[in-house]
Amino acid sequence: MRFLLVEDSESLAAAVLDRLRLDGHVVDHAGDVEQARAFAETTDYDLILLDIMLPDGDGREFLRTHRRRADETPVIVLTARSAVSDRVGVLDLGADDYITKPFDFSELEARCRAVLRRRGGGASTERRFGDVVFDPLAGTLVVAGTRVDLRNRELRLLEIFLSAPERLFSKAKLVDRLFSYDEEVSDNAIEVYVGRLRKHLAGSSVQIVTVRGMGYRITAG
Amino acid sequence: MSGALAVSGSIRRRLIVQLLLGAAVLAAALVLLVTNLARTVAQETQDSILMASVTSILDTMTVRDGAVSVDLPYAALSMLGNVSEDRVFYRILADGAVLTGYGDLPPPGEGVGRDGGYQTTRYRDAEIRMASARRLLSVAGTPVRVTVSVAQTRDGQARRLAEIRRLGGAIGLGFFALAALLAVVTAQSGLRPLRNLAGAVSRRGPKDLRPVRGPVPQEMAPLVGSLNRFIERLTYSLSRSEDFIAEAAHRVRTPLSTVRTQAEIALRRVERPENRAALKEMIRAIDESSRAAGQLLDHAMVTFRTDHLEREAVDLCGLARDLADRLGPVAELRDIRIALSCDGQPVVQGDAVLIENALRNVLDNAIKYSPRDCAIDIEVGQGRDGAAIRVRDQAGGFPEDELDRMPMRFARGSNAAETVGSGLGLTIAREVLEAHGGRLELSNEGEGACVTLHFPPC
Repeated sequence: MRFLLVEDSESLAAAVLDRLRLDGHVVDHAGDVEQARAFAETTDYDLILLDIMLPDGDGREFLRTHRRRADETPVIVLTARSAVSDRVGVLDLGADDYITKPFDFSELEARCRAVLRRRGGGASTERRFGDVVFDPLAGTLVVAGTRVDLRNRELRLLEIFLSAPERLFSKAKLVDRLFSYDEEVSDNAIEVYVGRLRKHLAGSSVQIVTVRGMGYRITAG
Repeated sequence: MSGALAVSGSIRRRLIVQLLLGAAVLAAALVLLVTNLARTVAQETQDSILMASVTSILDTMTVRDGAVSVDLPYAALSMLGNVSEDRVFYRILADGAVLTGYGDLPPPGEGVGRDGGYQTTRYRDAEIRMASARRLLSVAGTPVRVTVSVAQTRDGQARRLAEIRRLGGAIGLGFFALAALLAVVTAQSGLRPLRNLAGAVSRRGPKDLRPVRGPVPQEMAPLVGSLNRFIERLTYSLSRSEDFIAEAAHRVRTPLSTVRTQAEIALRRVERPENRAALKEMIRAIDESSRAAGQLLDHAMVTFRTDHLEREAVDLCGLARDLADRLGPVAELRDIRIALSCDGQPVVQGDAVLIENALRNVLDNAIKYSPRDCAIDIEVGQGRDGAAIRVRDQAGGFPEDELDRMPMRFARGSNAAETVGSGLGLTIAREVLEAHGGRLELSNEGEGACVTLHFPPC
């Protein structure tokens, strides 16, 4: 996906850019409202991540003009404020959602997914692999003409596998990406979800292969 | 907020009492003055008539046939009778011997000469006023001292004086009553600007921090000036503390976000289990501190807003639905379903932002403590004793013996040691509900906890 990140803290912006690029997203960075407008007017983004406290003005001001230009690009506000009313305020101004700093990237992804799903339309996010069709936004998998609704963790696990087919993922890394850090889970917890995915994929050419003592990888036979 | 104010005395009462005391003194003085004047005038009148009578008797005294002779003129005594009904006595002495009249009249005082003298004395069980004068008559070459005394009882004068005193008293009383009326009216109208100011200030809404404009009387200008300066300082410090809370949150959270993001990136790249464990520990610590900071700031904001509670109609179903949508993605990450059921359209009067915050904290808790693959039920309903929102989870419930302690500040269940939290969530919820006149109820139901937000009936 193509993101525009509007954030004035250089170090935070760099970290967020790194993190989003790690997941294969394309990200532009604007450090202030002026730059953000320039970027938003020239490029089509799937999503804008907007900080509220910016050096040359309030992020809310950007939000207001953005909506006035009838730009349909969804905006998720990154807020560091705790003012209870602030959260409500940005939604009234036309933000699609907000997330409080510091944020968990899986939560950010979940919110992006929810926003894009709510907005509907846009480019199809369908992916084909082997003989299955996977739509991460809708959370569906079509196997041999049958449509299966995936639970959230099944969906995210499949997304991780499909981001690098044939690559080996260790159980530990999969656990990190699938569970939040405040959950105490053993590496074996991942087996449940691999098991479920295998059940959904049964009858297709796609297989999740166990590499003994190492982890899993996905292949299309 | 409003502590007991020590009230001591009342300006109005003090003003009225002082004005009345003044009026009473003045009225008494008036009565005294009138009666004294009346007494003096009556005295002088009586004296001058008595003396005129004495003089006219003296004038008729002659020496005939070598003896002092008196031809008592009728008019001399009748003029006294004209004045009042009082009894009249007289006596004429010639060289100490009674010539005529009442011999037992008290003797004239010392030093009674040609010009005469007056005395007040008692005679025949009555008080009398007596005028006396002396004259020397030459009887056959020998001087004879003639003393004439005329006395009159004072009953009539006393009666008249009592009448005048009564009249004076009535006038004094009337004067006092009029002054009292004026005192009350003066106190009322004098204090009207003060009452108007108090009314104008107390009628203000909780957020109305405009200065008082007046017009106010000159004497109250210093007070109103101080009040306005106080309001100004309050406004400034309120806006400062709101800005401060926002700024503090920004300053704390932005670097925390950087560290957390870097830690997540590092975790993706690092392979050794001990390094990974350390990084995860770091992320947990960051989450804990940012959540604690957030809740402390939320709590400060909630305290601030509950102090100035603004009430508007809040649609509980709409609020719960928005919040369920908002928290959906977070719950989904753990494969937790949030199910919302609404019974009717309960509307309560309150601060929507606060109620949202209370429900958010309860839901946050439910999501945080729930195991994966389960459900959280939100039921919004209107009972006979007010609207209520029930949040039920399947997270094992509260420890039974700690149910009462849970909504206290920084209290956490003994089974929560493994979960990130600050212990302020339920406190915030409880304080919000109590500010609205409702209550927070914790119970265990089935395999989980049930938190009910009770609102008072409208």
